[in-house]
Amino acid sequence: MIRLDQVSKTFPGTTMPAVDRVSLEVAEGEICVLLGPSGCGKTTTMKMVNRLIQPSSGDIFIDGRNTSDYDVTQLRRSIGYVIQQIGLFPNKTIEDNICIVPDILGWDRRKSRQRAAELLEMVALDPGVFLKRYPKELSGGQQQRIGVLRAIAADPPVLLMDEPFGAIDPINRVIIQDEFLKMQAQIRKTILFVSHDIDEAVKMADRIAIFRNGRLVQYDTPDNMLAHPASEFVSDFVGGDRTLKRLQLLTVRDAMIADPPRVRAADSLQQAAAAMEAHGHQSIVLVGPRGRARGYVNLQTARGGNGTVGENYEALPTTIRPHEDLRTAVSTMFRYDTQWLACVDDDGMFVGYVTLRGITHLLSETYRDG
Amino acid sequence: MVDALVPGMVAQMRRNAAYLCIFLLGAWAWGSGLLPGLLERWEDIAYLGQQHVELVALSGGAAILFGVPLGVLLTRPRFRQVGAAAMQILNIGATIPTLAVLALAMSLLGLGNTPAVFALFIASLLPIVSNTMAGLRDVPPALLEAARGMGLSPRHTLLQVELPNSLFVIYTGIRTALAINVGTVPLAFLIGGGGLGELIFTGIALNEFGTMLAGAIPTALLAVLIDFIVAQLQFWTIPRGVNPLR
Ligand SMILES: Nc1ncnc2c1ncn2[C@@H]1O[C@H](COP(=O)(O)OP(=O)(O)OP(=O)(O)O)[C@@H](O)[C@H]1O
Ligand SMILES: [Mg+2]
Repeated sequence: MIRLDQVSKTFPGTTMPAVDRVSLEVAEGEICVLLGPSGCGKTTTMKMVNRLIQPSSGDIFIDGRNTSDYDVTQLRRSIGYVIQQIGLFPNKTIEDNICIVPDILGWDRRKSRQRAAELLEMVALDPGVFLKRYPKELSGGQQQRIGVLRAIAADPPVLLMDEPFGAIDPINRVIIQDEFLKMQAQIRKTILFVSHDIDEAVKMADRIAIFRNGRLVQYDTPDNMLAHPASEFVSDFVGGDRTLKRLQLLTVRDAMIADPPRVRAADSLQQAAAAMEAHGHQSIVLVGPRGRARGYVNLQTARGGNGTVGENYEALPTTIRPHEDLRTAVSTMFRYDTQWLACVDDDGMFVGYVTLRGITHLLSETYRDG
Repeated sequence: MVDALVPGMVAQMRRNAAYLCIFLLGAWAWGSGLLPGLLERWEDIAYLGQQHVELVALSGGAAILFGVPLGVLLTRPRFRQVGAAAMQILNIGATIPTLAVLALAMSLLGLGNTPAVFALFIASLLPIVSNTMAGLRDVPPALLEAARGMGLSPRHTLLQVELPNSLFVIYTGIRTALAINVGTVPLAFLIGGGGLGELIFTGIALNEFGTMLAGAIPTALLAVLIDFIVAQLQFWTIPRGVNPLR
């Protein structure tokens, strides 16, 4: 959808190129995060896409068409743009700010105002309250949300976002990021997103492009970037705790042992012990008649005891869902001082379990491959 | 709501204070025999006052109609170089006393209303052009970048972003210009123009205090009135989001 081919930019009066032969491709509906230290050419790269900066050499294609073949204002109107300083027009109401591109495109006024209201609802701002306000009457976080809404108002297929959630406190930042990802799941834009925050990049990106001195040094999925940094620069940049960061990217499902043996209340402890021994497990989950996780017995209890599982089981300290990330899983294990968690689906049915060992194994597996 | 009320209340109080002053002034004027004197010269005042207003309207209107577009033009990228130079010239021009401008206009255009209007126009132009340029230059670059990045044409950007965001400063320039203008019109009498200057200068020449005040007081009131009208325009036509008065 967006393709850069050997794009360079040398600003007049300088000798070092600010962007040096960068090639990358962003597939439709994906978020590509341009990441790197200050001054490495992220903004310059992004602004060349909507021709706010003219490339010195190389070509940029959108939807297969060279951007230099477009009329430049037409091109920009078809690309949503969120600048770092937000840049809402203080003379216009929120409604008019959001509708600025629809207005210059000559959309029907009723339709565009209707859309503004819908967009506000998407980010949990009450249209009745906010449509007629002016930017100065909004908090910084609210302004940043409007900046994003303004960029998507005319429904452009491509979005450029330059540190869109920059000037905001960490807590609200996470909220806006989640909100945006939820929105993106619906609108499926192709997005170039500038950030200098590795955590944000890992969270938002389908692919991360790491820049250094105008050069693209690695272009990869977040998990690969963290697991296999291409150079010392990248591994330094992603940080010493990169393995822990990977936990966020993997879900319980990735490390889960699905469909493990289970016991029912009427089964004897002997049967339970046998099942555990057969699979080399230390504990086994007790399920109810319809398959709900009820509790567990561990190997020691089962070996020594008599009677049924139903008389001897212990309650599960907690459970986890397969779609949650491994960071949550590990943190939950630490909190409950346990080495494993039973996984249940949304209806509470027992579907498998994760162990701390399984997680470490999964993480180290990728390193062994590479 | 509270935020909106406070400036409103301050304005209201100021207005009340102004009314009180005017009332006291009126009472004093009547008591001292000034007001009866003014009433006696009412016909002259009305006639010359109308001329005065016409001079202000003509020269001030022309200065606005010419000055604002000129200021816009001089800030366009194409004329940026010229703009800086023009600003210098205008600033030097500002140091020339208006009386000298009048004299120069007279030497170019002779006596009468034409040179008067011309000189007043020149004197009013400067604050309008320089404020227009300053206002446009102070529009935050981020707004311009956002506008450009979203595909607004230069015309759209000017009309929807640059002008609304510099309107307050432009209005301030217009108010300054009109204040100068109204105050300078009496001098036009010296080069054969009309206006309340006739009463003022005749009064001075004949040592008639009443005649002089019959010119001076309406001139002062006119200045206040015109400024009030423009201030109202400024208050109501500038969007609330960029209007420090609201
Ligand atoms: N208009 C310009 N003229 C000359 N040099 C420029 C210009 N714009 C950017 N540069 C230079 O190009 C390099 C890359 O700048 P760019 O703005 O792309 O950095 P960035 O990666 O976005 O950094 P940051 O994270 O600080 O925003 C910098 O060294 C900068 O000084
Ligand atoms: Mg930048």
